[in-house]
Amino acid sequence: MSEDLEFAFALVLNGASIGLMYSLIALGFVLVYKATDAINFAQGEFVMLAGLIVAVVLGFEGAPLVAAIAIVVIVMVGFGFGLERVVLRPLLGRPVVAVIMATIGLAAMLRGLGPVIFGSETRAVSLPIGDEPIVLGPASLPPIQVLGAVVAVLLFLAFSWFFKKSRMGVAMRAVADNQQVAQAMGINVERYFALAWAMAGVVSALGGVVWGSMLGVDVHLALVGLKVFPVVILGGLDSIGGALVGGLIIGIVESLAAGYLDPYVGGGTKDFAPYVLMILVLMVRPYGIFGKRKIERV
Amino acid sequence: MFHREAGIFKTTYAADAALYPLPIAKWTIAALALIFVVLIPLTVHEYYLSILNLIFIAIVGALGLNILVGYTGQISIGHAAFMSVGAYTAANLAVKLGLPFWITLPAGGLMAAAIGVVVGMPSLRIKGLYLAIATLAGQLIIEWTINRVPAISGGAQASIEVDRPSLFGFSFNTQGSLYFFLLFFAVLAIVATLNLARSRIGRAFVAVRDQDIAAEIIGINIYRYKLLAFAISSFYAGVCGVLYTYYFGIANYEQFQLIVSIDYLAMIIIGGLGSVLGSIFGAIFVTLLPIVIRLFMEDVGSLFFTQAEMANVISGLRLGVFGGLIIFFLIVEPEGLNRLWRNVRSYFRVWPFSY
Repeated sequence: MSEDLEFAFALVLNGASIGLMYSLIALGFVLVYKATDAINFAQGEFVMLAGLIVAVVLGFEGAPLVAAIAIVVIVMVGFGFGLERVVLRPLLGRPVVAVIMATIGLAAMLRGLGPVIFGSETRAVSLPIGDEPIVLGPASLPPIQVLGAVVAVLLFLAFSWFFKKSRMGVAMRAVADNQQVAQAMGINVERYFALAWAMAGVVSALGGVVWGSMLGVDVHLALVGLKVFPVVILGGLDSIGGALVGGLIIGIVESLAAGYLDPYVGGGTKDFAPYVLMILVLMVRPYGIFGKRKIERV
Repeated sequence: MFHREAGIFKTTYAADAALYPLPIAKWTIAALALIFVVLIPLTVHEYYLSILNLIFIAIVGALGLNILVGYTGQISIGHAAFMSVGAYTAANLAVKLGLPFWITLPAGGLMAAAIGVVVGMPSLRIKGLYLAIATLAGQLIIEWTINRVPAISGGAQASIEVDRPSLFGFSFNTQGSLYFFLLFFAVLAIVATLNLARSRIGRAFVAVRDQDIAAEIIGINIYRYKLLAFAISSFYAGVCGVLYTYYFGIANYEQFQLIVSIDYLAMIIIGGLGSVLGSIFGAIFVTLLPIVIRLFMEDVGSLFFTQAEMANVISGLRLGVFGGLIIFFLIVEPEGLNRLWRNVRSYFRVWPFSY
């Protein structure tokens, strides 16, 4: 393989693994949107909160990792339930802009109060996977990225099974499809709304562990949430598979942009390229690759 | 405020839409003018004048955002970026070409309006969530561009220093003189918005917000009015950015980051969507809140936090309280402080016959 190709291969591989980690976060957004039509602008802050909790628990002497992960999942599920009950339910039936602004408010609140309560220093989340890079042909990946990608794929498989086969998953799809009909069939719609937020909590908890371990936990961890929007717009807002594919594409695009364009413009294309791609998608195909074409024409 | 309205009958539409709905309104305005133009500058200490100045600038920005979000029902998370467009346009014109403020200020506004229309273009095809995300993309892309292109940002630290505005040789270089400079533009923005809201355009905006399909059926060209809303709103934002630039004497992208967009959203939600008075209340509230938090934390917070942590704690608390208030007002009182004020007023207006 020539050197150019090797460079490209390394960029693609690196981008793909980061991209899968993006889809991990985007999954939380999609789950909520699919079931409840609510838009969560605080997804990145959920991840930050989860990361903070893990880091704080691990900060105690001798706390095992398993316990930390169990605690963060439980706390985030509780947080999801509580959030739905206190904030989202009173906003049912209000214009979509109200829900957007409420989650923006929530994002500001978490981002502001998180450091006040837990302290603003950067904490480490160390996972027992070492930092010896894993070599794949000409490229090498840090183990945390591989772990993140694996977690994302596993969650994707789990949720695919859940929605296709399990009773709750089918009920949830019914709720997403038509709330009134679902209610008429004896499905407790409000409970499934709460469940969707709890599932977003679970996804964010795992996202917080993985991303927190990669970047370190402080208020800047919430910025990964900004990558959620290109991913979900590209993949389709209500498609779990779309989150995965969208994440892959965004990850690869940003990695290639950083590799080839950064030398010319002095860095920073990584944060810029996904949004340019997203605007193009919005113009051409606003419902994304796999999304339902139910977008309201103005 | 606590006046009776007996004997006032409106017999024409013009009377109903008048700027001063009641004769007493003129006296109220005159009294307010006396207080703000004569009394306050003569009596108030410079520090408090500087707070008032910040409030005046915030009022301009909040009014602009309210035209878009409150009146027209389109959302924008990119307003801070429009402010930065105005700020850098004016700063570049003022420094490189040496133009006076009465050219740079409208130029900054117009430039922001042009960019705002481009960012608002997706609103023709998409709405709600998609528009929110498109404006978010606008914010990030504008921020990135300003930061990376030295021709715009003036190179080092992406900041440009600007001389204070001057008119006929008089330079507005103290808080006291800037007070009049900013008061003028705040009042101009308030009057312009009041007039806009009661005109054909303002009513069309409200129609688009309430039911866009119905609005189209009664003959409102919603494409045109949505873009117009974006243009007017970003014009205000641009002017607000220029005012910040002249007030601080420097244009710096850090004043116009995403977080500022959220501050302004907080202003109009807390103050009241779709109301001029609400924008003013919101601007006052959001400007004063951090100051109150700082005073409070200096007294109480020193028990819990060290001096070094204090700066972080204060900025965190500020953001957290804004977020909490946004949620609180959205759930409990969607019409904001303006509604609370109206409740108080109507209680006294009909007192003692409250039924």
